[in-house]
Amino acid sequence: MTEITSQAPPVAAPGAAKPRRDIGLKRRYAAERRFRAYGLIAIALGLSFLVFLLLTVVLNGYTAFQQTNIQLDITFDESVIDPNGERETNEMALLTANYPRLARNAIVAALGVDPENRTQVRAANGLISAGVRGQLRDMVVADPGIIGTTQTIWVLAHGDVDSAYKGQIDLSVDESRRKVSDQQVAWMRQLEAEGKLVAKFNTGLFVNGASSRPETAGLGVAIIGSFYMMLIVLVLALPIGVAASIYLEEFAPKNRFTDLIEVNINNLAAVPSIVYGLLGLAIFINFVGLPRSAALVGGLVLTLMTLPTIIIATRAALKAVPPSIREAALGVGASKMQMVFHHVLPLATPGILTGTIIGLAQALGETAPLLLIGMVAFVVDYPSTPMDPSTALPVQIFMWANQAERAFVERTSGAIIILLSFLAVMNITAILLRRRFERRW
Amino acid sequence: MASVNVFLIIGVVLAIGVAGLIAGRVRAIALVDGVTARLHSRPGYYGSGVLVWAVVPALLFMSVWLVAAPIVIENSVRNNFPSEVLEGPRSQQNLAMGMVRSIGDGIRLLDEREKQQLTAGFVALRPLLADKGVALASNGEDYMVDAAVRLNAMSDTSRLALTVLTFLIASAGFALSYFRINPRQRARNLVERAVLAGLIVSSSIAILTTVGIILSMLFETINFFGYVPPADFFFGTVWDPRFAAADDPDAAGQFGLIPLMAGTLYIAFVAMLVAVPIGLFAAIYLSEYAGPTMRAISKPLLEVLAGIPTIVYGFFALITVGPLLRDLSAQISGLASGGDFSPFIQAQSVITAGLVMGIMVIPFVSSLSDDIINAVPQALRDGSYGLGATQSETIRRVVLPAALPGIVAALLLTASRAIGETMIVVLAAGIAAKLTINPFEAMTTVTVKIVSQLTGDLEFTSPQTLVAFALGITLFFMTLALNVVALYIARKYREQYE
Repeated sequence: MTEITSQAPPVAAPGAAKPRRDIGLKRRYAAERRFRAYGLIAIALGLSFLVFLLLTVVLNGYTAFQQTNIQLDITFDESVIDPNGERETNEMALLTANYPRLARNAIVAALGVDPENRTQVRAANGLISAGVRGQLRDMVVADPGIIGTTQTIWVLAHGDVDSAYKGQIDLSVDESRRKVSDQQVAWMRQLEAEGKLVAKFNTGLFVNGASSRPETAGLGVAIIGSFYMMLIVLVLALPIGVAASIYLEEFAPKNRFTDLIEVNINNLAAVPSIVYGLLGLAIFINFVGLPRSAALVGGLVLTLMTLPTIIIATRAALKAVPPSIREAALGVGASKMQMVFHHVLPLATPGILTGTIIGLAQALGETAPLLLIGMVAFVVDYPSTPMDPSTALPVQIFMWANQAERAFVERTSGAIIILLSFLAVMNITAILLRRRFERRW
Repeated sequence: MASVNVFLIIGVVLAIGVAGLIAGRVRAIALVDGVTARLHSRPGYYGSGVLVWAVVPALLFMSVWLVAAPIVIENSVRNNFPSEVLEGPRSQQNLAMGMVRSIGDGIRLLDEREKQQLTAGFVALRPLLADKGVALASNGEDYMVDAAVRLNAMSDTSRLALTVLTFLIASAGFALSYFRINPRQRARNLVERAVLAGLIVSSSIAILTTVGIILSMLFETINFFGYVPPADFFFGTVWDPRFAAADDPDAAGQFGLIPLMAGTLYIAFVAMLVAVPIGLFAAIYLSEYAGPTMRAISKPLLEVLAGIPTIVYGFFALITVGPLLRDLSAQISGLASGGDFSPFIQAQSVITAGLVMGIMVIPFVSSLSDDIINAVPQALRDGSYGLGATQSETIRRVVLPAALPGIVAALLLTASRAIGETMIVVLAAGIAAKLTINPFEAMTTVTVKIVSQLTGDLEFTSPQTLVAFALGITLFFMTLALNVVALYIARKYREQYE
């Protein structure tokens, strides 16, 4: 050893006089800094896109949760509702009565407009929503005793007035080029000062069905439809997906058939969603003869679409259970089936649930296949079974996005906020589940 | 009505099964006087055995019947059509059959007194049915009413037979397996075999889905090629499907794929131009430079971009990005020409759709590439540092080349996602099918046309509808090819370092 050390060449003392060879360090370090900066810029860009997207949606949409209402003293005048006194005999009399007239009289009285001046009356009537017909009809049909009385009720303001009140209509442009006149704006301010025109929480957005008037349009049918579909996806995709994964992960012999299934599942996960819509149209509607626009068909299509996601997640969860668990179970005499169902599956449950929730969230936001199976439908009544026509949340967003009125832009964004909150809740649940129950072996 | 009946039958069968579950268990325990150790299997397995025997054969029988019976009935009804209809074209038979079906549904709504008039023929029946909300075309004939009555009678019989037979099979399965229970019976093995069969069936659903996709689209595509020759479809440069007017020879329309394919690829290309640099640099930074906190925060946040539904991006493009680009271009042209503020970017354009789609697919590029870069062994980096390379030099000269196959696979998967994307292009790309290289103009894509050909009233006999399936199968095979190549590359690459 000592020999070797002694033979080592003497270390040259760093000569201060001899300058280091220039290897372009300055340039190279600058390149290094630039490269790092590109990375940071890329991340910043990606995140700012995200922020920008969410901000636009929220800024466009938060006002949708408020709806302008007008307080009116409506006289349920018998001579208007039932001029011929036939409501005892003719059940249609109360359903077809001229309710808008009641509201018109009330708003005219409230604003102090001359009832003979027809342009003025029409302009005044333009403040309130045409949906008032249904509102008053329902009141009278529910309790015919109110005929002849005067009730103070809140009615919806017209969509354009709603937009104007929220400041979404530019009042500085020429009167002829906007949808609310100066007179209407003046009335609006007058009612506002009297406390008869206020913005209230928009429950209609959550419970109403389809409507061509923005102020009465709501997501009720779409939420129910989406709920049915999620239920169907959960009931079908979870058991089938888990069963398929258990077979592939625990029982399948390595042969061509199982290899084919594996490749297949990976491919199905990447098939464009619209292709599933074509499948649903050709098989479930054209061949089997299920009704169009039904939540059942939508649920089936989304099930097929979600299956690969659930299978992939479940297999990962099963794989994460250590072999020692399996060997211990087999060692005390369990059959292979008992080992899987009594020991491996319970331990993999959190992972499976996480994967399922993420799959469901994907299915909830999916639009394209639903367009093809006729979910683009104008459905006013709540579907009572999954066989009834209904729409879905994202499809409703799509339909509203194609509407021109300013008030619909606001509502579309509002609907998107609702959809995104559902998705956020689902994803956060999935993350919390994973955090809470994940076991490191 | 029919469907409720089916659910009721399933419910009763399941109830029989649950009864079997309990009864089998009780009987097994009773047979050994409560000393369960003398049983071959645990008592629950005897119960499950009865459940399986009661439920599975009955439900299998029921599903076969439900598929087969309508076909048998329809054939028999058709064979009774007058000979001139039977000798006529197939489409006319189908029309007549559809009419018979709606008459049949209508007759069910009539009450006893009104049914007396059935013998009076179609003309008398039509106003009656119209009264019940069943609108019929006026060209019905009397034989259809008879056929409808026959159809209803046969469906009722079939339904009754189905109900009775299903219950019989369920009860027989119950009784048979119940009385076969004895302490030496190997109940567990039986049940486990049934479960295994269930598992295998579940995993074949993946195959069935693929087969269903291919067959359903192939079938309709072949129909389509009966109207339009494949060469005109694949190489036609004009897309002008016209409206589907029944039997109108002038309404042929032109179905050229090329303008749609050009739009699809162009928009996907713009999307990749946006997503690849941002995604790749983000992935490099996240895997090579970022500390654990930064990584833990920004990676999931970037992935949120992929979790947002595509309809939201579509709306974002339609309401925000499109008008923004249009106004921006108006300002630019105003500055350039000094006063002429006409926009050169249309609100719906290739660039709008491509930009927004690019934002959407950033996380596909970044997450996939991030995983792949992380999989490059540390030894390669250490070797490079040891030779005096800076970090960025190591990344560019060592890490990226090593990760290249995986990154290419990731990019192919991303491209396949961009090609198959629907909602963004439906809302932001426009519907005009034209061939242009100007990215500021509207182009349309395969997916947009699938949607627009299939919304509204559908007739599965017109090329205007069927073309959607031809487009769909083209799209399917394109994305399939990209995915297969990507998976192949990824698999091959993974083997290198393991």
